[in-house]
Amino acid sequence: MTATAAQGGADEAASILRTRGLTKRFPGVLALDEVDFELSHGEVHALVGENGAGKSTLIKVLTGVYAPDGGQVRYQGEDVRFDTPLRAQQAGISTIYQEVNLIPLLSVARNLFLGREPRRFGLIDFPRMHREAATILRDYGVEVDVTRPLQGLSMGARQMVALARAVMAEARVVIMDEPTSSLEPREVETLFSVIDTLRERKITVVYVSHRLDELYRICDRVTVLREGRVVHTGAMADLERLRLISLMLGRDMEQIERQGSTTFGGPHQARAEEPVLVADDLNARQQLHGVSLAIHPGEVLGLGGLLGSGRTETARAIAGALPLESGRITVAGVPLRRRSTAAAIRAGISMLPEDRKSEGIIPELSVRENIALAAMPRMSRFGLVSERRIDRVVDVFVRRLRIKAAGTRQKVAELSGGNQQKVLLARWLALNPTVLLLDEPTRGIDVGAKAEVQRLVDELAAEGLGVMLISSDVEELIEGADRVVVLKDGAVVGELTGDEVSEGGLMSAIADAGADIDPPEAGAAETSPATLPPTGTAATSADGTVTTGEDTADTRATAGAGKGPAREEGR
Amino acid sequence: MTALDIPRLRIDRERIIPWLQEYGVYIGVAALLVFNIVFTPHFLSLENFRTQAVQVTPVLILSLGMALVIATGGIDLSVGSVMALAAAMISLYLGYGPVVAILVALVAGAAAGAVNGALVAFAGVQAIVATLAMMIGGRGLSLVLLPQLEGIRNPGIRELGAGSVLGVPYLVWISVALIALVVFIVRRTTFGRQIVAIGGNRRASELSGLPVQRTLLAVYVLCGLFAAIAGVLATARLQASDPNSLGVLIELSAITAVVVGGTPLQGGRVRVAGTVAGAVLMQLLVSTLIKHDLPPSWTQIAQTVVIIAAVYVARERGKK
Repeated sequence: MTATAAQGGADEAASILRTRGLTKRFPGVLALDEVDFELSHGEVHALVGENGAGKSTLIKVLTGVYAPDGGQVRYQGEDVRFDTPLRAQQAGISTIYQEVNLIPLLSVARNLFLGREPRRFGLIDFPRMHREAATILRDYGVEVDVTRPLQGLSMGARQMVALARAVMAEARVVIMDEPTSSLEPREVETLFSVIDTLRERKITVVYVSHRLDELYRICDRVTVLREGRVVHTGAMADLERLRLISLMLGRDMEQIERQGSTTFGGPHQARAEEPVLVADDLNARQQLHGVSLAIHPGEVLGLGGLLGSGRTETARAIAGALPLESGRITVAGVPLRRRSTAAAIRAGISMLPEDRKSEGIIPELSVRENIALAAMPRMSRFGLVSERRIDRVVDVFVRRLRIKAAGTRQKVAELSGGNQQKVLLARWLALNPTVLLLDEPTRGIDVGAKAEVQRLVDELAAEGLGVMLISSDVEELIEGADRVVVLKDGAVVGELTGDEVSEGGLMSAIADAGADIDPPEAGAAETSPATLPPTGTAATSADGTVTTGEDTADTRATAGAGKGPAREEGR
Repeated sequence: MTALDIPRLRIDRERIIPWLQEYGVYIGVAALLVFNIVFTPHFLSLENFRTQAVQVTPVLILSLGMALVIATGGIDLSVGSVMALAAAMISLYLGYGPVVAILVALVAGAAAGAVNGALVAFAGVQAIVATLAMMIGGRGLSLVLLPQLEGIRNPGIRELGAGSVLGVPYLVWISVALIALVVFIVRRTTFGRQIVAIGGNRRASELSGLPVQRTLLAVYVLCGLFAAIAGVLATARLQASDPNSLGVLIELSAITAVVVGGTPLQGGRVRVAGTVAGAVLMQLLVSTLIKHDLPPSWTQIAQTVVIIAAVYVARERGKK
């Protein structure tokens, strides 16, 4: 692979892009501090670090969004300085952002060819464009009617269109920023096979992700940033997982080894009382089919299953945010009559929604207002707000959750992802709930905040709350939950208790269920290459629990189940 | 030299734009005041200030309601027509006495607002479409009710339009009271907080258990009510009900006042003091140009310049 170019190799021919002493300052922050970063031809290079480590700043400097304050960038053997993103693109550096920058209302083909349409007599040659677009996209596993508007495509398919577009523009370096965060499992597989093709074509990929399993699976080399500095660079395979985490965190190795990479303690003392929440036979059109579960006080109940298995829908149904056809929800023995978010909140159910940006924070409001939002009616009398009571509650939670902000009046949009998540947790805890539903509580937040959130979940359970935990991070789910209810296609297919709560147990529960159930929902089918058996793809993914990356096509359910324990040995 | 100058300019720009967003409208008002004091004869007279204050009343009151609607991320184009509707009601029900007539007018305004609010909150119609329908329908309805201008000779209504207490016209007292009311709503009530939260992120507000639909309905009712108050006061001052031309295009002045005052059109934020200053700014601008004998076309051009300047300054916010 690229081992020759590793370890600061000065081999000019092998490196396509190299920075020396790159520095970027923002008011009060040194975002990049003398960064030396090197990319070899045709490698997949992981760029990792906590939020605020300088990853996005580095990307933005490389792609001409920011001008560096010092240092130099050598690209294809020449010193370069891109004034605008367009210049960088023209030079062959393309970025695929999380929020893909395409035009939703134009057709798929036009998006692909925008600015480079094949012409005939000065007009766009539509038949040729459509033909070519279909051919090109087939290589990326996207088989759709290319004349239809882009907005009909799933996020994954859109990302593929953006990727295809970048490659067509003769990109030499493709930067992917959290490319899998909005992808279905099978779309992730497609993405990985596309990355393999890019590698063969000697196109360099910079891969930014929080998901360690993906990094180990797809990346050749890795650069770790912390506080604006490069703290490690080298071959991915030579870097142990724990060492990587300790590099990112700046925490010492033994400590992590002792604690595991999550900060969850042992099992919680589930109290043998009546369950605090009972959901009985929940049915929602095409989403939930007879889901029943119970949560006891002091217990963390995990919801296992793949993306699209109905975990989020179950949480939403309980929280009153998803209309149900039938089903009963009982909180501490009292049945919930009216079904609305307000009624659920009054009954003591709090739900931390999955999507922090679009469903959680109110960006223009302050930390304080965001925390007080849901509890406002309780902290007011006759519709009048009591500032004193709000301040008291807000201060308690800012201290307890260690929310780092310039003050409680700072706009929440200015905080880091981890702190925004803590603000949301504070919003829900301020309601003093009896049941807390956490949907992906640590997604997209830095490792430090993740550890704090996990510790908090433990504490809350110890205080007697009933907690439901949904996480795509299998490790988090296994270590955090006392009991796991496994869902598939909107139905409960198994329950793991005691020693069964392990990665292997979860994998086999999902895989067994997969054997006799038809292919899952059709929504993502259009983006799946015909070669991948649908049931199999679903079983591997579980958000990158499969670490061995040698064969992406071999994704049968049995293989997925077999790899769970294999990974345990690897650690 | 130049290499040194450029970064300094940049830093200044980064500071000036947010500063202008906050205080630009007050600077505008101050600049116009200074200009008038220097160049306009008899500007510094009590009588002149009284006239200005009375003339700004309708736009000011409309823009208060509009600011709340815009803070939820909506807009209300029907306020001018609701004014006309209120005027028509006054004429029709004046036979029962001025108090009844005014109450009917206010109820009609609130009802129009309720229709807007129901369409937006429950039927999910876009605010601009729902209120555009009301803008056309409301005007049509008022013309059906009262086909032409009708003079009003009721002494009570006359007193409302022309009388004053402690040297300050009733109209000004009423606008001050309404400003205080809106400030109170925004600062001190959960309703006010919910308005801003819904404008900032509707989905998050729903999931947090906020009564989103009820709040939206209430905001549009309030805006309709404010429009009716403006209509009643304008009728009282004119001493005539004129459904044909009362409040035509005034919604645009109200929206301008709100935007110039620093409330973003996408919602999530409301600035009451800025809105008041915005209304005053537009009023001063018009009266300055009139006093210097410039044709009305100049007024329109000047308003355009102010709007573009306000939007330009606001645009910078989106970038950061």
